[in-house]
Amino acid sequence: MRVHSRASVANRRVVEPMSKAADIELIDVTKRYGAALAVDHVSLRIPAGTYCCLLGPSGCGKSTTLRMIAGHESISEGDIRLGPTVVTDLPPARRGTAMMFQSYALFPHLDIVDNVAFSLKMKGAEKTARRARAMEMLKLVHMDHLAERRPAQLSGGQQQRVALARALITDPQVLLLDEPLSALDPFLKIKVRQELKRLQLQLGISFIHVTHSQEEAMALSDLVVVMNAGRIEQAATPREVFNRPSTAFVARFMGDHNVIAGRVTSVDDGTVKFEVPGGSSFAAPAEGRALEPGEPVEIAVRTDRVRVADAVLPGCGLTGLVQNIEYHGQKVQVALAAPGVDEFSVQVPEASFFDAPLAIGDAVPLAWTPQDVHLLAASPAA
Amino acid sequence: MNSEKRGPGFYVLTAFFVLFVLFLYGPLTTIFILSFQGPNGGLTFPMNGTSLRWFENLLFEQQAVGDFGGAFSRSLVLGIMTMVATVVVALLAGLAFRRRFLGSGPLFYLTIASLIVPSILISLGIGLAFQVFGLEPAWYSSAFGAHLTWTLPFGLLIMFAVFNRFNPAYEEAARDLGATPWQTFAHVVLPIILPSLIGVGLFGFTLSYDEFARTLMTSGTFNTLPLEIYGMTTNVTTPVLYALGTVTTVFSMAIILIALAAIAVLRMRRARRIAG
Repeated sequence: MRVHSRASVANRRVVEPMSKAADIELIDVTKRYGAALAVDHVSLRIPAGTYCCLLGPSGCGKSTTLRMIAGHESISEGDIRLGPTVVTDLPPARRGTAMMFQSYALFPHLDIVDNVAFSLKMKGAEKTARRARAMEMLKLVHMDHLAERRPAQLSGGQQQRVALARALITDPQVLLLDEPLSALDPFLKIKVRQELKRLQLQLGISFIHVTHSQEEAMALSDLVVVMNAGRIEQAATPREVFNRPSTAFVARFMGDHNVIAGRVTSVDDGTVKFEVPGGSSFAAPAEGRALEPGEPVEIAVRTDRVRVADAVLPGCGLTGLVQNIEYHGQKVQVALAAPGVDEFSVQVPEASFFDAPLAIGDAVPLAWTPQDVHLLAASPAA
Repeated sequence: MNSEKRGPGFYVLTAFFVLFVLFLYGPLTTIFILSFQGPNGGLTFPMNGTSLRWFENLLFEQQAVGDFGGAFSRSLVLGIMTMVATVVVALLAGLAFRRRFLGSGPLFYLTIASLIVPSILISLGIGLAFQVFGLEPAWYSSAFGAHLTWTLPFGLLIMFAVFNRFNPAYEEAARDLGATPWQTFAHVVLPIILPSLIGVGLFGFTLSYDEFARTLMTSGTFNTLPLEIYGMTTNVTTPVLYALGTVTTVFSMAIILIALAAIAVLRMRRARRIAG
């Protein structure tokens, strides 16, 4: 059965998802280095066949989390489960995971086919058999024509595909990728990430992909896990994360959001009113949250939903001084300063910007609607 | 930087370099020429005819002073012993020092200290220690140890440099692919650092093969080649000395040429495999 499905994958005609994909679950996982807390009580469930991105700035614990799943880092507290098995104390090769390293770590002294066949050689597979299997895997990633080369003779994109084949030959239930695209140039990045997504769909197993690029995470994931300071800020679909960022950190990290922070003045009729230090007041839908007057509160406003116009509704607008103008092609990004608001940006469609151009120093009225406002929760890392 | 005309500095440096080469190879060439001195020739120019008389004398006849064959084979065996011990110990120590262990700092400084202590003192110390313990110093015991005090720290320093550049992701990748620690070492670490190990070996051999000071007080009854040559320079009055110089130099050059040829053949074979 397995042989059959592998052959059809290799032929790239019939695609049968392998039936061995498994859920992966992190239960209260913690990693300490001495007194330093790298990963702080993280719990997460990744359903079988998910493309999951661990997203966050450097030092947020995403790579450590991945390496704990892989078994290359010991787990200080908590458990990791793959399908029905607790893999916390198993060595990497017995977990059903395979890892693709950041620099690919292809063995420089072996040619490509021997690199891919390495795990079979370690198991004691016979030479012609393991080379034949390796060639099948190389066909899957379209690298069979370069099987005799050494890693140093391949481009970054080619090395990446070989590393993929070498990891997949172990028949993993979960593939772990540590910043797999960071070594590639921008155009290749986009091409390779499409290949990764295609391959994940074809194989039907989970991919867990560590990245610091929100663009990459949004383009690839079924599940985005935004991490900060060793904790998960939000784990949801890309659309949910972008449209309803749970914390100010997520809103800022995903970009294209303005965060306004202040203190609640009143809550009525499902509307929260709050004041920023400069004295301006804003309003936002309460979204069922119970807030007391005087409590700190943060909202996110999408930069592309803000219009250059006089505010129609009270609390849904401000006046800002233009600080910077960046031309982005489809859009023009205007950065403004307003009292009590850290940073405020507006994306104006190109055509409407040039119908009524702005200049640095202009005082501009801005407005949005209550639907464009999203109430943020306090960060778990705070 | 890419100027077509060469500045005056070029000619000064060229002249300097020519002088350097003359200084380096001039004496060697003199010895080489004089080793073909005629049967009745002396130790200096002019040449009194040419012959292979002194090579014949060196290789096939008993010398009044100096046992070239014996000294050469002792130095060769000692060099190989030192080479093997240096490679094995430096590799193991290099692996051990990749992690911090109790006393790793002091141990490292102790090891390096033997590079700073004057060679002749180490030689004297080892010779004395052997006497104190009532042991007979010999080239294969006390001198072997004395050579190791020289080659091991060098070997260890080279291994430090090697492992500093060694990407631990290779080992993690091997582990991820199911290799046991021994398989990781044998199939990944060792092949990747093999060229450096060969370097450590050649280095150890050369250091031992021409070591003089550390052998002086430790070689016991029988001399190694450097000691023998030194003894001969003060006693021998025939051009057989030059023949000896030529033979040992040719031997060293042959080793270098063989090493270079082996590397070239390996490269060619690899290139052919890729092309084919």
